[in-house]
Amino acid sequence: MKYLEEFRDGAVAQRLAGRIQAYAGRPVNLMEVCGTHTVAIFRHGIRQLLPPNVRMLSGPGCPVCVTANADLDKAIALAQMPGVILTTFGDMLKVPGSYSFAVGFETTAPTIAASVAEAQRQGLGNYSIVSVHKLVPPALRALLDSGELRIDGLLLPGHVSAIIGSAPYQFIARDYGIPCVIAGFEPLDVLQGIALLLAQITAGEARVEIQYRRALPPQGNPAALAQMHAVFQPGDAEWRGLGAIPASGLRLRDDYAAYDAERRLAIQTPPPKEQRGCRCGEVLRGVIAPPECALFGQACTPENPLGPCMVSFEGTCAAWYNYGGA
Amino acid sequence: MCLAVPMQITEIHDSQAIIAAGGVQRCISLLLLPEAQVGDYGLVHAGFAIQKLDEAEAQETLRLWSELLAAEEETDADGRR
Repeated sequence: MKYLEEFRDGAVAQRLAGRIQAYAGRPVNLMEVCGTHTVAIFRHGIRQLLPPNVRMLSGPGCPVCVTANADLDKAIALAQMPGVILTTFGDMLKVPGSYSFAVGFETTAPTIAASVAEAQRQGLGNYSIVSVHKLVPPALRALLDSGELRIDGLLLPGHVSAIIGSAPYQFIARDYGIPCVIAGFEPLDVLQGIALLLAQITAGEARVEIQYRRALPPQGNPAALAQMHAVFQPGDAEWRGLGAIPASGLRLRDDYAAYDAERRLAIQTPPPKEQRGCRCGEVLRGVIAPPECALFGQACTPENPLGPCMVSFEGTCAAWYNYGGA
Repeated sequence: MCLAVPMQITEIHDSQAIIAAGGVQRCISLLLLPEAQVGDYGLVHAGFAIQKLDEAEAQETLRLWSELLAAEEETDADGRR
């Protein structure tokens, strides 16, 4: 068992696709929340396998894309300060005078938390972070509360869930009546995830189902969660496209204030600028598809991106551009 | 960003592990997966093992898929008769 090729078998893919194509119900919008799922769906040509009554929308699950301009400006200002080395990942504990711009969801936050706790344990004085970590469940609640579009099923992120487990999503099925499947990232995982969502819709059910069982005990990873909560506390966060969402970010606890670059340094940022004509906000909410933006593929390409959804490889616009849209 | 790669743990030294996949070896942290043991497959994200892969669950998923294949092949054969 290598946990890779076994989950890419073409014959099984055909059968799973056949189940999806056999869906004969009303037209449905399914949303993949995670940018890594977006890339998997495009790379494996899964959109082309879907029948006309099943539409996949991409959600706000690319951390680079949802980072607000004001936060990006902070990172740029920090990088321009004398003596500062700014990293986003890598072997930052060994770098002198190092600051880390910490973006990411629950998958990534525990790793940064571990680095901060380790810096404190070793008594390092030259490491600090700008935490713009974000939490997935509060963003999903905000998205659903906006009522902007009808979502009939959610394909939930497997690796965020490998940390937080399945319990934090229960409100979606219970309060909003929307079927949820936590899926893995291999092509068969995604296909089965979609098939399971359609089976729930057909049966008139709404529950949180785990497709990615090999990586996901229902309780997630308690050690990683404990590390995350020991170092961070929830705080309000600004999301591109979704605006300010209460308790949807992570800030360093006071015990770790010495590792908070924003509390250590006076970071001067210019007033935030928005790119004229950029519709990333609507793309992130699933309201428009990238080609509906006048900049897409014309003024805005992966070589010369104007909006963050084209900057990140996992951005919805970049995925449409690189894999030819469907 | 939330990419995580299945890799096998080949050595453990305190809270660090050597992992291997496809001929590539790397040193990663086990701070978030303290119960990991040599031989386990872990999901590796940003230099940390973040979850252990459960072989029995993986086999069960594969078994259900092979049943799906077998069942539909039978249906196809019936259809041709």
